[in-house]
Amino acid sequence: MRRGEEAMVPEAEFRSYYGQPIIKSPVWHEPHMPVYLYLGGLSGAASAMALAAGAGGNARLALTARVTAALGATTGAAFLVAELGRPERFLNMMRVFKPTSPMSMGSWLLAVHGGLTALAAASALGPVLPASRATAILRVPAVAALLPAAGDAAAVVTALTGPLMSTYTAVLLADTAVPAWHEAHRELPFLFAGSALASAGAAGMLTTPRAQAAPARAAAVLGAVAETVAGVVMERRLGLVGEPYRLGKAGRRMRAARALTVGGGLLAAVAGRSRVLTGLSGVALTAGALCTRFGVLEAGKASAADPKYTVVPQRRRLDAGEPASVPARR
Amino acid sequence: MAERMGFFTDTSVCIGCKACEVACKEWNDVPDDGFVFRATSYDNTGALGADTWRHVAFIEQSRVVRRQEEPPGPGERAGEPADGQEGIEGWLMSSDVCKHCTHAACLDVCPTGALFRTEFGTVVVQADVCNGCGYCVPACPYGVIDRRERDGRAFKCTMCYDRQLGGLEPACAKACPTDSIQFGPLDELRARAEERVERLRGEGRPQARLYGASPEDGVGGDGAFFLLLDEPEVYGLPPDPVVTTRDLPAMWRWAAGAALSLAGAVAVSFLSTRRGR
Repeated sequence: MRRGEEAMVPEAEFRSYYGQPIIKSPVWHEPHMPVYLYLGGLSGAASAMALAAGAGGNARLALTARVTAALGATTGAAFLVAELGRPERFLNMMRVFKPTSPMSMGSWLLAVHGGLTALAAASALGPVLPASRATAILRVPAVAALLPAAGDAAAVVTALTGPLMSTYTAVLLADTAVPAWHEAHRELPFLFAGSALASAGAAGMLTTPRAQAAPARAAAVLGAVAETVAGVVMERRLGLVGEPYRLGKAGRRMRAARALTVGGGLLAAVAGRSRVLTGLSGVALTAGALCTRFGVLEAGKASAADPKYTVVPQRRRLDAGEPASVPARR
Repeated sequence: MAERMGFFTDTSVCIGCKACEVACKEWNDVPDDGFVFRATSYDNTGALGADTWRHVAFIEQSRVVRRQEEPPGPGERAGEPADGQEGIEGWLMSSDVCKHCTHAACLDVCPTGALFRTEFGTVVVQADVCNGCGYCVPACPYGVIDRRERDGRAFKCTMCYDRQLGGLEPACAKACPTDSIQFGPLDELRARAEERVERLRGEGRPQARLYGASPEDGVGGDGAFFLLLDEPEVYGLPPDPVVTTRDLPAMWRWAAGAALSLAGAVAVSFLSTRRGR
């Protein structure tokens, strides 16, 4: 039951019950959960970009950002519902408003943000969509009169809910017993915020004419830098507990995410007028953001599966004479 | 609220009969958890889960055998370890169960209110409310609650809430032939456990210790606590569990910082590219 055979790092010795995990692995599925993490982040950062673009008079970027925000939130919500063990009961999320549950807070946030981004997108799309039966509602006189103001008001509110949409998912993961997530609660929000910004920048670059896409390129570069720095800091600070981010399948995904994000960020910085480079950068950043979410989920599963990550830090705490308490001793 | 009820599982008298596992399954209609030969010990359920609400752990403890006289040779009896090999020193057996924490992470993170605190101080899932979000599963510091994939909802020990409502003790405690599983008011159980652990130590079992009995620990004390004869991790228990939501305010602070930074970065992206157009 003692383990000490792995060579590379001075292996922490610990005891376990036949090497079995102590905590349960997250049951969340692929692709649902990581794709939602990506889409929610994308939607959040895009709504912030939409407001900034509108305020700066960049109507074209504001339009695509509003549409991106709405599509991200609504398809993300669909992935979340599909992830439930009982999808037909998704409305039970609205039974309670529970501050101790990041998922409850997130559900309310997503409901508000999703509804308002849809409104903001509808108001922006109204004038540009071709007349058809599907868009007839937008031309009902009362709707047509109220929609622009309502859409702009909604866009302002989503610029507030958006940044929270991009970061609450980090709290969602960190508020578990999974060591690689819980102990990363400082850096994960910045990792996800950076990744969300890069995603929204990439979406803006891919969907907006290059002349109007300069802020999206700048956002993509900033996001890529933030995501990379947060990832490096996280892995360094966590030490043993951060090992799952470097090893095995999760490690390969995190390395792929790092390469795609750095590459995409560099391309965004130099893309300028090149259509090909812009496209490559947008695709690389999107793939990088997705790899980050798939990698973080996988790292959490690996962290839960090996009792080492649960036992060793707790045993060290006890051996140092600093057992856990509620509230934490300082 | 009625008095807080609990389990005291005294593993020093557990004989590994698994009557608790069977009684639990019978009473609560818990489905089959697979007839698996695990090839580690007499344990064939492995761990607590959606379909295992009591789990009897078997730990074969071995030590290096040193024989003084007979050198190992062809005359050695089959099954006896040779000099320098490992022989069985003893068995540890323990019936594990949901801890019904004072600060229960599963209950804190449940977004639907399906998990609730009963009048007995226990933590129970309402099957008609649970929508199978799965959040409680990685939140539990003991790895107790799990989602039943073919059903979609989360399940765990209820400390026989229905039997308690009827004034009966839980099925596992009722079935336990050695009173290794004791059910009663938590205060009484804690006092009884203190006496028991002192007595065992006095009788030459210095390894005897209580686990989860202290209200000062990282989960505020367990409603179901244990007397163990080795370190908790040997039984598959976390040595120093902590309720994850203890750190939730700090988590939100970091997330708020990241959200503000994100908003700031968006503003910078637009301001820095203004002159470009």
